[in-house]
Amino acid sequence: MDELSLGVPDGRITCIIGPNGCGKSTLLRALARLLRPTAGAVLLDGRAIHRLPTKEVARHVGLLPQAPVAPQGLTVADLVARGRFPHRHLFDSWSCEDEAAVEQALTVTHTAELRDQQVDELSGGQRQRVWIAMALAQRTPVLLLDEPTTHLDIAHQLEVLELLAELNRSQQRTVVMVLHDLNEAARYGHHLVAMRAGRIVAEGPPGAVVTAETVRALFGIDSRILTDPVTGGPLLVPVARAGSSPVPAAGPPSPRESRPVADRQNPITGRG
Amino acid sequence: MTALRAGARRRTEPARLRTVRRAGPVRISFRYRPRVLVTGAFLTLVAAGLMAWTMSLGEIRIPLADVLTTSLGFGSGEHDFVVRTLRLPRTLAAFGVGVALATSGAIFQSLVGNPLVAPDIIGVTSGAGLVAVVLIVVFGTPAVVPVGAFLGALGATALLYLLTWRGGIAGYRLVLVGIAVHALLTALTTLVLVRFPIDLVSSAVLWLTGTLYATTWEQVGWLAIGLLALVPAALVLLPRLQLLELGNDTAAALGTRTQTARAGLLLVAASLAAVGVAAAGPVGFVALVVPHAARMLMGPLTSGVFVVTGLLGAVLVLGSDLIAQHAFSPVSLPVGVVTAAVGAPYFLFLLWRTNRGVS
Repeated sequence: MDELSLGVPDGRITCIIGPNGCGKSTLLRALARLLRPTAGAVLLDGRAIHRLPTKEVARHVGLLPQAPVAPQGLTVADLVARGRFPHRHLFDSWSCEDEAAVEQALTVTHTAELRDQQVDELSGGQRQRVWIAMALAQRTPVLLLDEPTTHLDIAHQLEVLELLAELNRSQQRTVVMVLHDLNEAARYGHHLVAMRAGRIVAEGPPGAVVTAETVRALFGIDSRILTDPVTGGPLLVPVARAGSSPVPAAGPPSPRESRPVADRQNPITGRG
Repeated sequence: MTALRAGARRRTEPARLRTVRRAGPVRISFRYRPRVLVTGAFLTLVAAGLMAWTMSLGEIRIPLADVLTTSLGFGSGEHDFVVRTLRLPRTLAAFGVGVALATSGAIFQSLVGNPLVAPDIIGVTSGAGLVAVVLIVVFGTPAVVPVGAFLGALGATALLYLLTWRGGIAGYRLVLVGIAVHALLTALTTLVLVRFPIDLVSSAVLWLTGTLYATTWEQVGWLAIGLLALVPAALVLLPRLQLLELGNDTAAALGTRTQTARAGLLLVAASLAAVGVAAAGPVGFVALVVPHAARMLMGPLTSGVFVVTGLLGAVLVLGSDLIAQHAFSPVSLPVGVVTAAVGAPYFLFLLWRTNRGVS
């Protein structure tokens, strides 16, 4: 990845999209200070992030990695409490502020009733909300998430994304996330960053980025962009890989039956 | 499904926030788990009881009351030599060795994220063993064995660290390299043992089993200094260890310099093992099983669980030494023979209890 310049808008949701291996996660890891750029810098409020003390960065930027692991038997409340580390000093006792931050994180993510359960016994969606709660207890103005919806079913995906949108709306947190699903990115992102081969191909509001040309440039597929009947934003329907013709939909067994196949199979409209 | 799992699930108790008000504006509050407090108090009593009982037994039987008064320094003077010179240092060393080995094992297991890891499995104590055997057998200088064993353990850890380093230390690599280092050092130790006369070798083998026989006050002093420096150091590093358990990325994002923290924890854990081994030789099984048992009893590592893990280790070594000294009287066994014999059934019992209900 080289010569990449990106400004993350304050208080908005930025989604990084692009094909596998294009450098989305690398970019996110660089923003989180997990990787050091060989040249150039990541600036946080005008200061180079690699020159700042680790703990100070951790008070400003929170991260939810792609596949976080919790030790066996750890309870939800204890996991979320660990998010308070950057705010505590050597001989600090556990303060009321720490307790309040944990409580608030649990409440906002609707995980308060799970507090005494063990993290490894939760469902995928619950676990992801709990990890978000841990990042929230960190009380950072910026929250980075690496594919927060991967491996979740559609209801849990929606649950996690709604939660992030809500956090952004009510607390003005800046959210930057890597997403695989372009339609999710278009619906929840205010600002989209499209990457391919370590470079930014397109950047801007969803309507400007999710276009047939950009999608072809990114993924090499032909697609049609419709208007999302729910939000009015762009809605991507893939047609086929560029240059090949679409395979007809696997419709009902009888060809005489004239049900609106295309409509019924649209994965987006069924989502509500 | 829920009903089936209910028996299998060990409930981890919720932590409670305890606020203690002190005079003036200073307010101290902490999170605690009642079960950890109760277990800690119980183990403290058991350890004290075992110490008193051990000191009352032997060729000269001494009533418990006299043991207590004499060891605390206001006895009649009648038993001063037996209790204060012979028995008290040994029982204090048993306590300290248990704490050192168990806490070392707890850090190693948590750091590597693998409950099958212990300083005696990844080569730390085999480094101590090799140096000690060379000192006893080749140079005939058993007096410097404690120092040699301490340095040997740290040397083996340094070797382990250098061989594992690939721009950082990864847990699984540490285990694999550790097993190789352990095999190498053990082979060298065996080489020395088979090449030298049997009368020299037998005292080396006794040391390698782990024994508290003829512990001196000087050894107890070094053990105490080591523990007083290392246990607080471990407690300071513990929050970082808790974050490293969540994975490198999460730990870094929460403000930990992961490689520095890992190196520091490795050093503290290896030093704890080294201090224990220097005092009593590589007493087996304690560092492996006690942290595991503590986790099953109390849940994931916190500072409270860490301290109580040390107490559990102390109880295991104290109990084992009691059996080793007196159960087969007049024959006295090295403590290392008994730790495994006592620890293994208890461990199996805990496993059985934890898995009860799953069929």
